Amino acid sequence: MAAEVLNRTPLFDAHRRAGGKLVPFAGYEMPVQYASIIAEASAVRNAVGMFDVSHMARLRFWGERATEFVQWITANDVGKLGDRQGQYSLLTNERGGCVDDIIVYRIAPDEYRMVVNAANHAKDAEWIESQNRFGVAVSDYTDDTAMIAVQGPKAVGVLQDLSDHPDDLASAPAFGVVECQVAGRPVFAARSGYTGEDGFELICSSADAEEVWNALLEAEVVPCGLGARDVLRVEAGLPLYGHELGDDLSPIAAGLGWVIAKNKKFIGSEPIARARAEGTPQKLQGVRIEAKRLPMPGMQVLVDGRVVGEVSSGVYSPLLGCGVAFAFIDAEIERGTACALAVRGKLEPGTIVDKRFYRRG
Amino acid sequence: MKVPSDLLYSKSHEWVRIEGDTATVGITDYAQSELGDIVLVDLPEAGRVVGLDESFATIESVKSVSDIYAPLAGEITATNETLGTQSELVNADPYGSGWLVKIRLADPSQAGSLLTPDAYTAVLES
Repeated sequence: MAAEVLNRTPLFDAHRRAGGKLVPFAGYEMPVQYASIIAEASAVRNAVGMFDVSHMARLRFWGERATEFVQWITANDVGKLGDRQGQYSLLTNERGGCVDDIIVYRIAPDEYRMVVNAANHAKDAEWIESQNRFGVAVSDYTDDTAMIAVQGPKAVGVLQDLSDHPDDLASAPAFGVVECQVAGRPVFAARSGYTGEDGFELICSSADAEEVWNALLEAEVVPCGLGARDVLRVEAGLPLYGHELGDDLSPIAAGLGWVIAKNKKFIGSEPIARARAEGTPQKLQGVRIEAKRLPMPGMQVLVDGRVVGEVSSGVYSPLLGCGVAFAFIDAEIERGTACALAVRGKLEPGTIVDKRFYRRG
Repeated sequence: MKVPSDLLYSKSHEWVRIEGDTATVGITDYAQSELGDIVLVDLPEAGRVVGLDESFATIESVKSVSDIYAPLAGEITATNETLGTQSELVNADPYGSGWLVKIRLADPSQAGSLLTPDAYTAVLES
């Protein structure tokens, strides 16, 4: 295979300076960790950490029929959103599978923004284009901007200290957007994240990215890599496209029925409604093992010696001090059931549990 | 990366300290740094006989699982039992309290094929 030319985010030099270990991820050279994944995850749970998520793609939709278009391609109901409010949602296909999981923000009745997975950037852009019978303008502003997720119990306080609109940041609801300055640079700050903690995701111009990042570093925000991000999202019960979601996986099986509007017609709404009514053969559950071992995708889950499912994501949880995983498990198996996980030739005892291993207190 | 001058090394990033007919074996500073935070070290029982380059242990870190290969053949005479509860010692002190096993060598002359500190440093730099 020919060597792939990797993209770099506007924060690439900052990562190298901070000693980040860079790996290829979704076509970008991204930091997987700086010093320690456990220390980084702990900073986010107990204080504040930040992640360069500039590789995620950012799209803008505008035009008279923007609402109609976004309602057609996404599963959640954007009719629930006011201006400068966002929601977690799905791009669905005709089969009732997912093209991607996304966040949609309404800026104005005729303008929306969308943040989509880096790994699905090209696929999503093509899909959206193919569905645009509404004359809506769509532009891709990924390369002009950077995105920094600031997460943890101290995230809002740190951003308030650096912002010209501290009160707006404090009062923003979940998924609310504040347009303000951080370190004197204009940012689009959305109260969302992928860690189970409070915080904001900041979008700023590429030219301002280092300035914002350095101001956060000076405020003792700990830079965190993809390794910690994966640990934190699994602990918090959050799915990852390609693992818990896919073109041929039902979002109902992944436990995302709450994201899907029942009151509108959208791409794939009929098969999804059927899956909701009839149930899916398997459901996404949590598996917690006793051992300090690393569960990995593809490992089998057994109950009474019978295979009942397979791991889709797994991490070692520093918070719980053991291996935790998501697994698609036969629907009749209840939470609380004792199970075993086949970890590299050994059966490790565990329990089938709620996939939200961690809830913020 | 630390490469102590009084040890021998393998290309798969184990270190060896030979005293008489016994070798103490661990993983190098480079290896622990590549693995990241280590959460489990699965060591063999004392008494097991291992062949050259045979996988005798696994180390699980927060992001990967790695086999550890015997840099020399022989019988395992001791294992570092402290690692059962304090696997992080391999990260903190890979050449000291983070050692893995002691091997009574089947053929001490095999040590001649291990890398000198300079040769191992060259491997890391290549």
